[in-house]
Amino acid sequence: MTEEQATVAAPESTAPTDEDVILELNDVRTYFELEEGTLKAVDGVSFNIRRNETLGIVGESGCGKSVTGQSILRIVPKPGDTQGNIWLRRNGETVDLASLHPSGREIRDVRGRDIAMIFQEPMTAFSPVHSVGNQIMEAILVHENVPKQAARERAIEVLSQVGIPEAERRVDALPHELSGGMRQRAMIAMALVLRPKLLIADEPTTALDVTIQAQILRLMQDLQKEMGMSIMFITHNLGVIANMADQMVVMYLGRVVEQGSVEAIFGEPQHPYTQALMQSIPRIGLTRGERLTSIAGTVPVPLNPPAECGFSSRCPKFIPGRCDADVPKMIETSPGHHVRCVLYE
Amino acid sequence: MQDDAPQPETVEAANGQAGNTILEIEGLKKYFPIEKGLLRRVVGYVRAVDDVSLSIAEGKTLGLVGESGCGKTTLGRCVVRAIEPTDGSVRMHVDNEDTELTELGSRELREYRRNLQMVFQDPYSSLDPRKTVLDIVGEPLRIHNVARGRELETRVSELLEVVGLDIRYLKRYPHAFSGGQRQRIGIARALALNPKVIICDEAVSALDVSVQAQIINLLEELQEEFGIAYLFIAHDLSVVEHISDEVAVMYVGKVVEHASTEELFSNPKHPYTEALMSAVPLPDPKRKLEEITLEGEVADPADPPSGCYFHPRCRYAQDRCREETPELRVVGEGHEAACHFAEELDLHGVTA
Repeated sequence: MTEEQATVAAPESTAPTDEDVILELNDVRTYFELEEGTLKAVDGVSFNIRRNETLGIVGESGCGKSVTGQSILRIVPKPGDTQGNIWLRRNGETVDLASLHPSGREIRDVRGRDIAMIFQEPMTAFSPVHSVGNQIMEAILVHENVPKQAARERAIEVLSQVGIPEAERRVDALPHELSGGMRQRAMIAMALVLRPKLLIADEPTTALDVTIQAQILRLMQDLQKEMGMSIMFITHNLGVIANMADQMVVMYLGRVVEQGSVEAIFGEPQHPYTQALMQSIPRIGLTRGERLTSIAGTVPVPLNPPAECGFSSRCPKFIPGRCDADVPKMIETSPGHHVRCVLYE
Repeated sequence: MQDDAPQPETVEAANGQAGNTILEIEGLKKYFPIEKGLLRRVVGYVRAVDDVSLSIAEGKTLGLVGESGCGKTTLGRCVVRAIEPTDGSVRMHVDNEDTELTELGSRELREYRRNLQMVFQDPYSSLDPRKTVLDIVGEPLRIHNVARGRELETRVSELLEVVGLDIRYLKRYPHAFSGGQRQRIGIARALALNPKVIICDEAVSALDVSVQAQIINLLEELQEEFGIAYLFIAHDLSVVEHISDEVAVMYVGKVVEHASTEELFSNPKHPYTEALMSAVPLPDPKRKLEEITLEGEVADPADPPSGCYFHPRCRYAQDRCREETPELRVVGEGHEAACHFAEELDLHGVTA
């Protein structure tokens, strides 16, 4: 490589060299061109996920956390368009998922085999008219050249692995014949049957009762250990993040406002939004008889957003002329802990 | 328990609230028939609410928790008679007057609803999209002939201010509002006739956390200002712990434990309550879940297990639990539980 070429590529736009990083997002932007203007659902998001690690993505509705997950698998609904780099380490080489055709052969091969996704509502993953077992078999047969009977045995095996009793019988059940918790387990089984390296879990326990949620969280932790995979856990629930994640990313209005280890962020939240979020949740034994700290106003819609801190309209520490002058830069305040706020510049 | 140890009859008596009870539910039952075949023969019943007795003191909050299908929502609806209870009594004591709600005719009931209102979970489907905020919030005032015309507009504006909405929104339609704002509209409507009791059915569950905090604070402020009592039905234990004075835990149609909030959370006496609390992921990475993972799922209220309904999932279950149904009984000062072994078990609560 000549020196000239080396200077052309900015250092942050080169593919990751760290063997341990299995997925790296670099300045990912997913915009929707609408009649009313440009909806910047994901606006310059960068982070990476390491092998066997769980990364939590937390934020309120409309912050772009789900669209970030969809952008990785290139399943963003129309007219969304994804730019930037999404590097996946795969069979010893690095592929930029953002450069692939969203319905091409290569990304379809990545889906399911390298990266799988589970959702809040299992019925979005399952077709209502085919048995759970047939759908899991289908996932196997699309990617692997094995006889049908072998695929069926694998389906039964994975269903019992996720804790579905009488898997030999339930394999022929239609999705609606299973209870909510069992459907969630079946969806996890379908996602994991090809042993993906990364599981993107988008609010997978939000619709479940707490005791069932605890079962599913425990199951995901066990399977992660057993199979050695990374998890990207998208949720609005800070309790779930604290329990599941190693690293976390806080998103607001399409941007990452803070990222670091869960210990660092729960121990010392730095962005005014993260601080407000942490103070706005009721905590058992701590907040009774006290008013919660609420954040004034509501999350704006990122339609033609001005170049400013997205939180400036609600921020108690808003500094006129600085917070609304430009998008703040990401600052590393301590090793591995980054925050996007002018207070730390 | 020793015979000579005097125990108050009920939790309310123990907590010194017997004098100012505003809502009293006694032996409430709602059985839904299961019909089969062409002739719709009744082959059984879903005991959605099965002999529940609870009461709420004036200006206080009773939290009602439980998992889906436990009957908490059905209970709330029976109280306002949005669905008719199968049996039991719902009494309100307003201005030294006792009223048995289950005996009111439809006209009387409509008239009486001014004292008893409901706020729902889904702020998206509970507001009529074709009506303006003025119509929605003003409707109860018009129905009850409290105000009309200019006066109505003034009163609705006042209500919007109370719940923290801009009065310029008066002529707007629900779709123009965010979830939190819609929930404020629902609350303003519930407040219109100065009710004594509001049933909040998962009133903050669909909201984002920062907005949820706004609505919880608003409900608390309104309670302080107007002395409203809440029956706060929710599945989120942290929210219930925060807002409630007392908490009742339901499992398969029955109340299995009932105590003051502090007592219930620090000193649970029913294994289900313990398991429920241990399953709540706490927002603190230093305290990872060491939950008592409950095997299996909530029992089917159409075909509940023998004995204690919780026994198939209970890690403390013994033979007696399979055979004998435990009654809800006083197990400590101001504390009721339906477990044969409430006194013997050393259960863990959640502490700060």
